[in-house]
Parts: sequence; structure tokens; C-alpha cells
Amino acid sequence: MDNKKSARVVVVTSGKGGVGKTTSTAALGAALAHSGDKVVVVDFDVGLRNLDLVLGAERRVVFDLVNVIHGVAKLPQALIRDKRLENLHLLPASQTRDKDALTEDGVAKVIAELRSKFDWIICDSPAGIERGATMAMRYADAAIIVTNPEVSSVRDSDRIIGLLDSKTEKAERGEFVDKQLLITRFHPWRAARGEMLSIDDVLEILSIPLLGIIPESEEVLRASNVGSPVTLNNPASAPARAYFDAVRRLKGETIPVQVPSESRGIFNKLFGRKAA
Amino acid sequence: MKLFKLFRRGSAPIARERLQILLAHERNTCKQPDLLDVLREEILALIGRHLSFDPDKVQIKVDRGKSVSTLAVDIEIPNSHGSSGIDSQSGRSAAELLRKDAATAAEQKVA
Repeated sequence: MDNKKSARVVVVTSGKGGVGKTTSTAALGAALAHSGDKVVVVDFDVGLRNLDLVLGAERRVVFDLVNVIHGVAKLPQALIRDKRLENLHLLPASQTRDKDALTEDGVAKVIAELRSKFDWIICDSPAGIERGATMAMRYADAAIIVTNPEVSSVRDSDRIIGLLDSKTEKAERGEFVDKQLLITRFHPWRAARGEMLSIDDVLEILSIPLLGIIPESEEVLRASNVGSPVTLNNPASAPARAYFDAVRRLKGETIPVQVPSESRGIFNKLFGRKAA
Repeated sequence: MKLFKLFRRGSAPIARERLQILLAHERNTCKQPDLLDVLREEILALIGRHLSFDPDKVQIKVDRGKSVSTLAVDIEIPNSHGSSGIDSQSGRSAAELLRKDAATAAEQKVA
């Protein structure tokens, strides 16, 4: 594998648990790999790993991030290649250790080695603001903050934005980590009726650019049931289209943000993909 | 009736089966966390006594199944007429290097 300077380290983070970090990491990672880029998704949730399960690789984990940090295994021995997308790789978290097993130097070395092998390094952060979360964001060039339109999630996202601006290596060098907001589990009709915070409310409060809006959908649950990212499992579904659009924005395209809907009309079936 | 059921089957049964297999293995691992470590260490030490190999060129693969799991240890062994490179001593250290927590046991039956 040749050295590439374009490698980008992106942390998927939120503060709050259960908002869709792991689902989004898997969906975005698969969509990026589908576009031809070389992608590794790294699970930082040491002790409570789940990215392997969402990607359907749980039966194949041998070594993990902590093994690599401790020199027990070499990085290539720990990377698991996806069976469906050859550009997609997983570096699993350890299930038996705790988050203190992550050392700053160890993580730095692993990230540096990954940079030479991949175009995208997507770090799936654990919930909370402790060691696992701070290690996941430590070497990030960019951050995707996953937020539900709900008060506690927005509050925790604000806290995480503060950490991204102070505790990352880039912040300590006086630079900024690129921050983008991914709103998940969005119900357009609830927002329209004023029952749910609107996109504008959330954007005004957090004041960071919007990467995408993922509508609430049964397709997300179905994808995790079968162990396949939603962008692979049902690429035409509303959440998958929203993730594909988010990936285009992540890669620098400027496209208007829309909330794809699950309309079953023949017109949408034929033209929905283009319109989104 | 069965066909009807099959037709209507959602993804939940798949989720259920995946979890059952995974958790059976994880619970077993808790009882005997170092079984694979020991196996791996001994296998590589044994091979290291007879053949030279680069510890970086060892790939270990597992596939945890419902009734049977597989453990594959793939060791790249340089041809002896080439430069010999590593002696049996480092073959041993390869085994030591590869010690640590992993998760399954070869051919282990799940109840």
C-alpha cells in the first residue's frame, strides 16, 4: 500500500448514548467505501464494542485496537476486511479490557499507521466524555456530531463541541477541528407540527454546519438486525439516501439538504434517487 | 401456513440467531478467557521449533459458528534455500508476541 497524504481522520461523536453513532459510522463508512475510497472504521468503545455487530463481522474478531496498542498484534493482523465491500475495513475494540487500556501514544501510533494505508479513518466514539471519547477525538481532522432533535441530545452535543475545541491535538496546536452536524432519527411530520425541535432550532443552538438529516426509519433497525450497514442493505431507502448525500458533502460537494422520504409512489421510485 | 410465515418473516429472527451465537461465545470466553491464547502460543511455539517464520506474516482467522467454529492459523514460511532470516529462537518469540486476549476456541461446540 502506498502512502497517501489525503488521509482524513473523522470522529463520529455525540456525548449522549443511543443517538446513532455506531449506525452512522457503519453507514457512512460503507457509503465512502462504495464510492471507491479506502476506508477503515475504528471502534473506540473499549469494553462495550458493537461496531463489529452492526457490520456483521462479530464472528471474525481475533485481535483488536488494544492488542495493537500493546504490541500483541500487528495492525494488519487486527484489521478485518468487509466481506461485501473490499475497500471497507474494521478495527474492532476490545471486549475484555477497559478504556484505560487506550494510551495517548498508542492511539497516536495506530492512527499514524492507518493514515498511510487508508483514505478515511472513521473513529466511532463511545458515549460520554471520558477516556474512550477523548481518545477517539484526539487526532481527528474533522468531527461528525450525531444529534437527535431532542433537548438532552442537543445539550450533550454542545458539550462535545466544547471538548473538540479544547482537548484535541488540533485544538492544542491552535487549529480547529472541522465540525459538522448529523441529525438522526428525525420525524419530519413531528417537527412540522411543532412536536419536535426543528432543524433550524438545532442549527441555531449549536451553530455548526449541517452534514445531513437522517429520517427515522425501520430500515435502520432492519439493517442492524442482519448486520449490514443501511447504505449496503437497502441503498434506495430514505435513510440510506440521506447517508449517501452526507457522504457527498463530506467529500466536499455542495448539495442542498433535503430529508428523503420513504414514498412508495411510482414517480418517486423512478426519479426519487435523482431528486434527493 | 409455513410459506405465509416465511413470506412475512422480518429480520428479527436473524438478529436473534446472531445474538445467540455471539453471546454463547462471549459467555464461554468469560469462563476460559485465555484458551485461545494458550492454543495460539503453543501452536506457534511448536512450529517455531521446526521452521523459521516471520511473526508479522502470521494471520489468524476465526469464524464462530452455531455448532462449530473454525480457527485458521496461516503462517507464511520462507523457502529454506532462500535467505534463512529467522532462527527458531525468534519463532518462539513470535508465539510470545501473539499471546493475548482473543475470543474463540477451535472446534468448540456450543451447547
